[in-house]
Order: sequence, then structure tokens, then C-alpha cells
Amino acid sequence: MVTVVLFYLFAVILVGSALRVITAKNPVHSVLFLVLAFVTASCLWLMLNVEFLALSLILIYVGAVMVLFLFVVMMLDIDLEEIRSGFWKNLPLAILLGVVILAEMVTILVRRPIVVTGTADVQVLNPDNLSNSYQVGWLMYTQYSYPVELASMILLLGLVVAVALTLRKTNKNAKYQNIAAQVATSSTGRVTMLKMSTEIDQIATNEVAKEVIAEITSADGGSKK
Amino acid sequence: MIRKFINTYLLTELLRGMALTWKVLFTPKVTLRYPEEKTPLSPRFRALHALRRYPNGEERCIGCKLCEAVCPALAITIDAHEREDGTRRTTRYDIDLTKCIFCGFCEEACPVDAIVETSIHEYHGEERGDLFYTKEMLLAIGDKYEPIIAKNRELDHKYR
Amino acid sequence: MDTLQHLLGNYLGYGVWHMLCAVAVVVPLTIFVAYLTFAERKILAYMHARLGANRVGPKGLLQPFADLFKFVFKELLTPYKISKGVFYSSPLIILACALLVWAVIPFNAELVFAHVNASLLYVVAISSLGIYGIILAGWSGNSKYSFLGGVRATAQMISYELAMGFALVGVLMVSGSLNLKEIVDNQAVGMLGGSVLSWNWLPLFPFFLVYLISGVAETNRAPFDVCEGESEIVAGFFVEYSGTSFALFMLAEYVNMVTISAMASLMFLGGWLSPFPASWSIVGVAGFHWLLLKVCILLFGFIWYRATFPRYRYDQIMRLGWKVFLPITLVWIFVLGLWMVSPLTIWK
Repeated sequence: MVTVVLFYLFAVILVGSALRVITAKNPVHSVLFLVLAFVTASCLWLMLNVEFLALSLILIYVGAVMVLFLFVVMMLDIDLEEIRSGFWKNLPLAILLGVVILAEMVTILVRRPIVVTGTADVQVLNPDNLSNSYQVGWLMYTQYSYPVELASMILLLGLVVAVALTLRKTNKNAKYQNIAAQVATSSTGRVTMLKMSTEIDQIATNEVAKEVIAEITSADGGSKK
Repeated sequence: MIRKFINTYLLTELLRGMALTWKVLFTPKVTLRYPEEKTPLSPRFRALHALRRYPNGEERCIGCKLCEAVCPALAITIDAHEREDGTRRTTRYDIDLTKCIFCGFCEEACPVDAIVETSIHEYHGEERGDLFYTKEMLLAIGDKYEPIIAKNRELDHKYR
Repeated sequence: MDTLQHLLGNYLGYGVWHMLCAVAVVVPLTIFVAYLTFAERKILAYMHARLGANRVGPKGLLQPFADLFKFVFKELLTPYKISKGVFYSSPLIILACALLVWAVIPFNAELVFAHVNASLLYVVAISSLGIYGIILAGWSGNSKYSFLGGVRATAQMISYELAMGFALVGVLMVSGSLNLKEIVDNQAVGMLGGSVLSWNWLPLFPFFLVYLISGVAETNRAPFDVCEGESEIVAGFFVEYSGTSFALFMLAEYVNMVTISAMASLMFLGGWLSPFPASWSIVGVAGFHWLLLKVCILLFGFIWYRATFPRYRYDQIMRLGWKVFLPITLVWIFVLGLWMVSPLTIWK
């Protein structure tokens, strides 16, 4: 009974916050509603006893990805009127696209229900005395090792491309700080100690100081400093 | 080079800093718990002003206005008039302590040692007007703290 | 619990029992944190050759309560043109995330609020949620200083969360479990059974060091406290807060310190295990007091670093996180993997 009530509660929150994501006026608020949607989705997963997936969802999507989203949205100076301006003009196209996506999802769901084809393997493991993470790991590195490798290669590619796009060494004027070199400096490399005597006529014997004094006195119109 | 590498990766500099703070943890503390403990004051310490009297009870001030003239903060206001016995005395001697910068020039300028700065620094005013000291108040301070004032002069006189 | 269920009915009794358990965890924790702030003021003062707070109560022992009352009786200021809901909920988000973690932290072999199998993952996930409180507090204050502080804090916490997560991966590899209790139990076997030599910190020393330093960075404490940066941006993301909401930020910061220390002692320092071999009679007995002692020592470290080190420059913080700690942990995970499959392995 309690679980049913909880399920409908979370489901209502999930759908409601998903709706608010696209209707909220302030973009920061829509990102926050997206976060709420993720958290409630993870609660629903928890009710299915898939704690590993639920916590990973929070850790990765809520804890890292959405924070970066929030960063970007906060930094942007968004003019809502300008965005709204083409709303009615683009509405038919948007509806068309939405219908196409919906149709695709429905066909996939109807024709092939989400039942993993290799469930026989899962049955071999006794789910009662093995932790959730163990089961996920077992499946990922036995039956699905090839897709996992593929996905990780794609992610690695994305990483490399992102680095390549942002790392522009071509600009000769760009300034870089070598922190290791900064940290490694010592006082002897930076400061040269000059020996100078205090009395003005004694300084006059020092070649470097003589020039300095000459400069000072000429700048002062010959008056002795 | 090798030493630098070892220093960096074994965090020796950080450990040295931490050793220093660890040592200080057990050193005697230098904090002064103020109302209970006080630092010694020099006899030259300059704080609250006072007007002094001669031992026979006659006020010293002769209204020469040298202190008023020398005061860089324009904190002193003096009116002087002839008294019944024909001597010149002040009718008004005000010091606005909110203006005063406690430079001690008034004390130096005074030919009869009338205006002095005492070492009393624990006084306060709860309103702005409370720090406007009139002649009566200054004389009262002088009467009250005369032993201290006289002792401080005594200690300092050989350096003047 | 059975009595309560008998008295109040099945569901109500269940709820009330867990409410009581939560209070039993949170209230001692809050008092501990209150005295942690006092200890910090005292230790910092002593390390500066000062006396520190010594006026309220005997030896200043009531100082935390004086602080608390001062905060509570202060006026709650509301800045101009803010998003009110976000502004007032963000301190609550931070504090809730800081306290939620304590649901799964075991105090000894039996005593834990919730037996969650993936408790380590839970701790990491919930503490990553705390970032929202910080970034929203910075944004909703409608002030550029608090926003800068929020951005700095968030960027720093995300970066160090990564290094921290990888440091924990090392522990996961050797214990083969996400359950904090099992992780501690796995440290009870080995050299001198359950003693200081069999804990994880010795074979996993690089991970331990990385975790400790990232923990300091993660809680935005000195020397990584650029998000507060009194000299540049006043107080960082909570400039605009006053009174009780300010106190909540402080409380959350100190609870996070305790959490990080508790996690470090559970993961690397054998949790509630005694540092002496379990066969020894009195000192060898495992118990909550050992965990408390380890947490206190680590917390003393936090304060000690604050008294010693000057603040890092921001780009150096980022370099340390991404270019030093991350490669170190990645390489050591690889090395550890090789060690575990090699014949020299000490984990079986």
C-alpha cells in the first residue's frame, strides 16, 4: 500500500517537474526542475531495488552534469522576449518533430519490450545474496563487455575532441603560466644584492652609483640631495 | 635538483611549517586579559587633560592663551578676564576631546604647568557632549588626580 | 521499536522510531560540531600564541552557545530583487545534504542508522548534491561577489570530487565492497590482525594522502578557501546571508568536516578497530571510542593546516586537482590492479 502511494507521489512530482522544465520563465528555475526530475526518477529506481543505478544517476547526472548546465545557464544573459519571438512561427515544425520522436519511441516500445535478451545469464546469479553493484558489474563485464568498451571509446573520443577544440597553441601572443617554474624560484635568482656605502662622497667611487647620483642631481636642477 | 625533487614530493616544506605551528602551540601565550591585567604606562603617557592648582589652592592658569594658539586641532577655547583681586584668570576653559589629538603641545606651551595631560585613559562619554570638558570639570580632574600628576612630573623632570 | 509499534500501530510506530533514531544521531553530531568550532578557535589561538575565547562560562566553554544565540537573534536581511524561494532554501539544501550522509555512517560494528548496501556510493552521491546549495546561494544573492564565490566553490568542489572519488576507488578495489561496514571489516585481517599495520592507509598511502588533501579542498577549508577569500570577495557565496541562515552555512561546513574525517577514518584508518592487535586484552577491543579518537585527530589536522598554510592561488588549486591528483590516482589505480593480480598480493 505504502509503496503504491509513494510510487504515485514520485510519479506526479516527476511529471510535474518535467512539465515545469519547459514552462518555467527563468532558465535557472527550469534547470532546477530538471534536477528535481532526476532526483525523483532516482527515487523511483530505488523503489525497484536498483540502488546502484539510482545512486549513480544522482552522482553523475545531478552531481556533475547538471551543475555544469547550471553554470552555463547562470552565465548566459538570456533575453526571454527574443527567444519567445518566433514561437508561433516555429510551432508547426516543433509539433511535427515531437510527433516523429513520439512515434519512434512508441514503435520501439510496442514492437520490442525492454526485456534484455540474455536474462538467462542473470538467473545464474542468485540475486538475494549478491549486492546490486556486483550484479551490474557482472553483466557489464561479461555479456555486455563489447558495448561497454564501445561506449567508453566513444566517450574517450569526445574527451580528446574537446581537448583538441579548446587547446589552441597556435596563438603566439597567448600567455601561459608555468606554475612549477613559479614555485621553484628561489630568492637568489630574483634579487641581486648591491653593495653601496651610505656616504655620498664614498658612493662617488662606485661606478654604477655615480651614474645614478648624476641623474638625481641633474633632475633636481643641481641641488644636492 | 634531486633535493628539490625530494623536497617537493615528500612535502618537507609543509611539514616544516606544521612543525613550527606545533611548537607555538605550547609556547607561553602573550595575550593580556585587559581589565584584569594592564601594561605599564610611561610617566609621559598623554591622555585625559587636567588643570592644576598651586598647593595653596589657587589655580595656576593665567589665561595666556598659548595653549589655544598652539593647539593644532583647535580643541581649546579660552576666555580670560580680570578677577576682583586684579589678577588675570580664565572665565572659560573648554577642551573638546572629540577634536583633541593628544599631541601634548598645550602641556609644552604652558608657562605655569597649568594644563597637563594625565595618564588616565579609561574614561568615556555616552553622548557626544560628554566629551566636551569645561573648566570646572578639568579642575576637578586636576584635584582628584593631583598625586598621580605630581608623581609623573617628578619622574620625568630630569629629562626636560 | 516493537514496543512503539505495539503502542502506536504498525506504520506510526515505525515512523516514530526512526524519527527518534535520527534525532539520536543529529543532536550529538550538532553538539560535537558546536564544540568543534570552539576547539578551532582555541587551537588557532594557541597556535598564534594567543588565548582565544575565554570569557563565556568556565574557560570559555559556553562560547558556542553564545555564538548560536547571537546568530539567532540577529535580523534576517533580504537583499533587493532576489529569487526568494531559492535564496532561503539553499542553506537548507546544504545542511540537509551534510546531515543526510550520516544516515549510513556506521559508528561501530552494529550501530548504524540505515543498513544500505551501497553506502559508500550513497555518501558520495549525497555530498555531491551539497554543491547545489552553494551554487544557488551564490546565484540567488543577486550580488557579483557572492556569485563569484559560488562559481569558485563549485568549480573547486567538482574538480576535487573527482580526485576524491578515484582515491576511494583504490579502497573499493581492495575491499571489493561498497558497504562501509564490510570495508572496515576487511581491514581487520592482515598484519598483526586488525592493528594499525593492517589498515588500508599503509598499502594505499598515496590514495590516503590524496583523499586527505582533497577532503580539505572539498570542504573549502584553508588553504583551499578561495571561495571565501576574505581579502578578495569578502565571504564568498554567503556574503548576502545573515543571522540564522548564515549560521546554517557554518554548521554545514563543520558537519562536512566531520563527515570527511569520519569517512577517512572508516576507509583508511580502520574505523572502529583498535590500533593494537585484537588479541590484546583491553586496548585491543574495537569500539566507537576508537572511531571518535581518529575523527578528532583528523579534525585537529584540519585546524592545524588552517593555522599553518597560506591560501592557494586559484589556478594553482585547479592545477593541483586536475594535473597532479588525478594522474597520481589514475596511475596508482593501475599499479594497485597489477599488485592485486601479482603473486605479491596481500589481499585474498
